[in-house]
Amino acid sequence: MTKRRKAVALISGGLDSMLAARVILDQGCHVEGLNFFTGFCVEGHTHAIRQREHKPIKRNNALWVAGELGIKLNFVDVVEEYKHVLIHPKHGYGANLNPCLDCKSFMVRKGYEWMRANEFDFLITGEVIGQRPMSQRRGTMPVIARESGAGDRLVRPLCAKHLAPTLPEREGWIDRDKLYAFNGRSRKPQIALAAKYDFKDYAQPAGGCCFLTDKQYSAKLRDLWRTRHSRDYALDDIMLLKVGRHLRPRPHFKLIIAREQGESNFLEGYRYQFTHLRTISHPGPLALVDGEVDTDDLRLAARLLARFSKGRLANTVHVQIAGHNQASWTMEVAPLTPSAIPGHWYL
Amino acid sequence: MSPRQTLDARHLLCPLPLIRVQDRVQTMLAGTLLEVSCTDPGTLHDIPTWCRLYGHRLLHTYRNDPLLVFTIEVSGAHAAPTDAPAPG
Repeated sequence: MTKRRKAVALISGGLDSMLAARVILDQGCHVEGLNFFTGFCVEGHTHAIRQREHKPIKRNNALWVAGELGIKLNFVDVVEEYKHVLIHPKHGYGANLNPCLDCKSFMVRKGYEWMRANEFDFLITGEVIGQRPMSQRRGTMPVIARESGAGDRLVRPLCAKHLAPTLPEREGWIDRDKLYAFNGRSRKPQIALAAKYDFKDYAQPAGGCCFLTDKQYSAKLRDLWRTRHSRDYALDDIMLLKVGRHLRPRPHFKLIIAREQGESNFLEGYRYQFTHLRTISHPGPLALVDGEVDTDDLRLAARLLARFSKGRLANTVHVQIAGHNQASWTMEVAPLTPSAIPGHWYL
Repeated sequence: MSPRQTLDARHLLCPLPLIRVQDRVQTMLAGTLLEVSCTDPGTLHDIPTWCRLYGHRLLHTYRNDPLLVFTIEVSGAHAAPTDAPAPG
């Protein structure tokens, strides 16, 4: 009796990895998924924070994919290990702080380690040659296979016919004729294959899954590193960069001002770690102060916050300020006018 | 009555509640119960899906916005081996 081979699939929650896993499932292999949490994922956290994004139904897309395929999905927290990838990318950054090629090699390496530890036979990804400008090019495919250590146990079912046969193909564990030859940035082949499998309601494909590709987020991360004189970070640091307006009115402090109620609720969870402000005479958002501040700084922060409250046109607004020890006091301030807020304060 | 453990995943956002549940369940014996408290509404979809994929039984879901409490009976498919030491 032929041994049923076991493959581990890197599942991002997008269409390509979903299709790749399905193609291998169709060949009779046992497939399980892996999903990595770096802290920079766009889906999940951001959708969970912001109230206006509560529709359509909130879900973890990688888990949804696993549910549709009927495979187990193993989540792996790589927040600590990922720091090295981000801070010291061997292949550099893309347009922003996205170390895409290093990131892909890292994830394939983690997947390969998991494969060996769990006695699986090979690893699959949804990569397509030419799909992404930095990490999914013909020249980078062998780099990822080599640097990850996965070598020819790494199968890319969607573009396999453009690549040399891998070990699972050569050994007959999977049939190369039933793999694909997708190429380039067009999504049409993937969408056609999704239709063949009757996949519906999948996450919109291509890009936007990582905050590090975002120009504004990268600017905030650079600001964090610059002002702390260190490129290290904690999970809370990178989480807070996803939330609210960030304004740095003085070099030694910045304000994080919630943009809507969901963000205010989220920032409430940090009120014991940061001096925070809220307007009490008028409805308004919560704001955290990141940095060491004196009374003049707090007055400026209060005036700035008042500008983003319902009292923005009032003569004065009462702002409650609470320090780390939760002792609170109130300031009566005039909201800043728009012209008093220089554009460079916005990070 | 099955032994019951609790897990506080309040204020954690997706996918951290799932990661915490996954990691805890891997230390638990089959047949034991895990009561997980969450505040991320996405867990309403995710925890039942995750339980289904691993064969764990979701016995009860309590909802009192924003609090969500899930009671999971751990199956043998994902749990610690029966000779594994129980967590303290």
